[in-house]
Amino acid sequence: MAKPDPLFIYATRLGDDSLILGQRLSEWCGHAPTIEVDLSLANVALDLIGQATHFLGFAGKIEGRNRDADALAFRRDVLDFGNCLLVEQPNGDFAQTTARQFLFSTYQELLLDKLAGSTCEDLAAIAAKAVKEVAYHRKLASDWVVRLGDGTEESKTRMAAGLDWMWRFVDELFEVDDVESKLAKEGIAVDRSALRAAWDARIDAVLAEATLERPAARRPVLGGRRGHHSEHLGHILSEMQFLQRAYPGATW
Amino acid sequence: MSDAKDWPLWEVFVRAKGGLSHRHAGSVHAADAKMALEHARDTYTRRMEGVSLWVVPSAQITASDPADAGPLFEPAEDKIYRHPTFYSIPSHIKHI
Repeated sequence: MAKPDPLFIYATRLGDDSLILGQRLSEWCGHAPTIEVDLSLANVALDLIGQATHFLGFAGKIEGRNRDADALAFRRDVLDFGNCLLVEQPNGDFAQTTARQFLFSTYQELLLDKLAGSTCEDLAAIAAKAVKEVAYHRKLASDWVVRLGDGTEESKTRMAAGLDWMWRFVDELFEVDDVESKLAKEGIAVDRSALRAAWDARIDAVLAEATLERPAARRPVLGGRRGHHSEHLGHILSEMQFLQRAYPGATW
Repeated sequence: MSDAKDWPLWEVFVRAKGGLSHRHAGSVHAADAKMALEHARDTYTRRMEGVSLWVVPSAQITASDPADAGPLFEPAEDKIYRHPTFYSIPSHIKHI
C-alpha cells in the first residue's frame, strides 16, 4: 500500500484530537455536578465533534478512497488514530476534566488561530470557524481553574491533582515530526513548537490567578501522533464504534 | 446530580436580535454573575436564540402579590378606550 498523503495524516490528527476529546466529554452527560455544568460540557463536546466532522471529512477527500468522516471515525482501529495522548486521558473528577480542557483548549486556540492563515483553503476555513468556539472553551475552562484553585482547600487540592495528572502529556502537544515540519514549510501546517512560549505565558497567567503552582516538570509521554496510545483509547473506541462495528452502515 | 443548594438562582433575559427588548427566558443556578452569564449562554443561546444576555439575581426581583391581582389589574378590563384602536389607519402605512 502506498504511504498515506502527509496532508491526510495531518488532517486526521487534527480531527482525532477533537473527536476523542468530544467523546470523552460526552461521558459527563447526565453526571455533571449540576444541570448547568452538564450543558456546558455537552456544548463543548458537540463543538469538538463538529470540528472533527469537518477535519475528518476533509481528510477523507484528500485520501480519495471513498471514506467519509463517519468511516474514518467509526471504522479505523486504534493504531490508526493520531490524536495526542492528553485528550484520551480519563475524566477523573470534575477538576481533572477541567485541567485537561484548560491545557488542551489553550493549546488548540493558539493552533487554530495560526491554522486560519494556512495556505490550504479547506484547513484555513475549518480553523477560522472553530477558533471562535475554542476561545470560549478556553475561557470556560480557565474560569473553572481559577474558581477551583482559588476556592476551598478541597477544590484547590483536587485542581492541583488534576493538573499534575495531565501535565506529562503537555510536551506532546508541541511535538513536530517530519510529516508536519514539511507541511509547515509549505505554509499548510502550523509549526506546533512555535506555540509553546505563548502557551506557557497564558497557562502561567491563569495559574497565578488561581493561586496554583505550575506542576513540576515530568518526563514527557509521547507517541499518540504515531498511533502509540495509552490503554484508554481502545476502551473509548470500543464504546464509540460499537454500533457501526455491529451494524455496518446503520443509519437512523 | 446535587440540587446545587449553595448556588443562588438567576433570572435570564435574552435579546433575540438588535432592536428588540430582552425577554425573560428562564433561570439558572450560579455562584456569581460571571458564572451565571456562562450558564445562561450555554443553557439559553445554544440554538442561536440571542445576541445579548442579562442575568439578574432572582432575589432582586420584586413581584406583585397574586392576591392583589383583582385591585391591580381588573380595573383595566373595561377601559378598552385606552387602546388606540379607534383610529382608521391608512392602507399604505405598513409598520404601526
